[in-house]
Amino acid sequence: MTKQQANWSPYDNNGGTCVAIAGADYCVIAADTRMSTGYSILTRDYSKICKLADKCVMASSGFQADVKALQKVLSARHLIYQHQHNKQMSCPAMGQLLSNTLYYKRFFPYYSFNVLGGLDNEGKGCVYTYDAVGSYERVGYSSQGSGATLITPFLDNQLKSPSPLLLPAKDAVTPLSETEAIDLVKTCFASATERDIYTGDKLEIVVLNADGICREYMELRKD
Amino acid sequence: MFRNQYDTDVTTWSPAGRLFQVEYAMEAVKQGSAAIGLRSKSHVVLACVNKANSELSSHQKKIFKADDHIGVAIAGLTADGRVLSRYMRSECINYSYSYESPLPVGRLVVQLADKAQVCTQRSWKRPYGVGLLVAGLDESGAHLYYNCPSGNYFEYQAFAIGSRSQAAKTYLERRFENFMGSSRDDLLKDALFAIRETLQGEKLTSSICTVAVVGVGEAFHILDQGTVQALIEAFEIAGEEATASEPTAADQPASEPGAAADQGAPAGHDAAPMDI
Repeated sequence: MTKQQANWSPYDNNGGTCVAIAGADYCVIAADTRMSTGYSILTRDYSKICKLADKCVMASSGFQADVKALQKVLSARHLIYQHQHNKQMSCPAMGQLLSNTLYYKRFFPYYSFNVLGGLDNEGKGCVYTYDAVGSYERVGYSSQGSGATLITPFLDNQLKSPSPLLLPAKDAVTPLSETEAIDLVKTCFASATERDIYTGDKLEIVVLNADGICREYMELRKD
Repeated sequence: MFRNQYDTDVTTWSPAGRLFQVEYAMEAVKQGSAAIGLRSKSHVVLACVNKANSELSSHQKKIFKADDHIGVAIAGLTADGRVLSRYMRSECINYSYSYESPLPVGRLVVQLADKAQVCTQRSWKRPYGVGLLVAGLDESGAHLYYNCPSGNYFEYQAFAIGSRSQAAKTYLERRFENFMGSSRDDLLKDALFAIRETLQGEKLTSSICTVAVVGVGEAFHILDQGTVQALIEAFEIAGEEATASEPTAADQPASEPGAAADQGAPAGHDAAPMDI
């Protein structure tokens, strides 16, 4: 007698990759725009990036229906926060809210792999990385999604700070300039696109700094 | 008279067919400091008088944003007003979440009215002691509504509630026919003039009034003190007495108002206010 298996799953994986890098006074958040299911492409032009607050942007890969639902919940909660506090949520605050929201559905999770990027209360870049049920950590850079296994080792090589045991302690944020960080992200995606079938079409890059938010696009291989 | 015998419960009718507890709740609105609203085709302005209890305290918040396209000014028990504006915010957010579009103002005021009506028909509740001037913009244009503790609501071109609101209403009645075509600045000017009417000679400064606007292409927001003071000075209305710029010819009393402007005012002790 073999164990009975489900003949239907509430989840699907729409693929895609997200990356975020924190700088001294900026944050770069990027994601590809391909949405797939199985071996097919659903669309080449779908944004996985959502602005949650003035200083806080989230990129999510995984099951996009759950991602959309999660984005709506967070936006509504942010509105409530603004009514009660008369100000926008800071990135660390949103980071905690996202974690709580994910854990709330611990027993029927959002199939959403998130990176949160923005500026902290001091104006420094910050990146938070999550698993599907809300475990999170502030880091200097992160990658999630189907291309993460290809990108993370490369970012480790380029950005990882030396051992935390060294003195003086090194900052999590990268010493790279904004343009250098954007270039690095473009390189990451160009490489990931070569080997990951779910990553490609177009790259959407959002940069958050003291001047505000700006968005740029780069073409990727469409095969 | 009979009034005292039948006024203990909100669920008790008087022999004349009135619910005194509801009427007493409407009295509470009249005791609050003044709030006025006026609208044109594309904008709605809310303004209110902010009187602090003493020099040492801050003043009550009387204007609340419910959503980008809806705001509310209250008069009466501000605690009740706070609770209702929290309800309005919640309804706006839930509607946007479900329908990805802004809640039509007319729907919101009906929900508010129904909520108020519940409190007039439960023995363990009391009516809300606050009048709400709801200003909003939706697909069908700019709207101004008045929600009263009885559960009634009316749409207005311009209205004033709270203490000494009759003076403001008189001013508005003279001018309301022009409001539909007014520009945003004209509306603001009329709002500030109307507020000045309720002050009975006291000097109008931005520290005792609050003004908020919503309009086509303009989300609901409260104007900051600096902007309001600049408007007051620009319109030269800070004067101690009524300026001569108001037409003295239109001296008729408020007894024959335009259809829109006066429906909420009690006509006297005989007619139940809710029936008008």
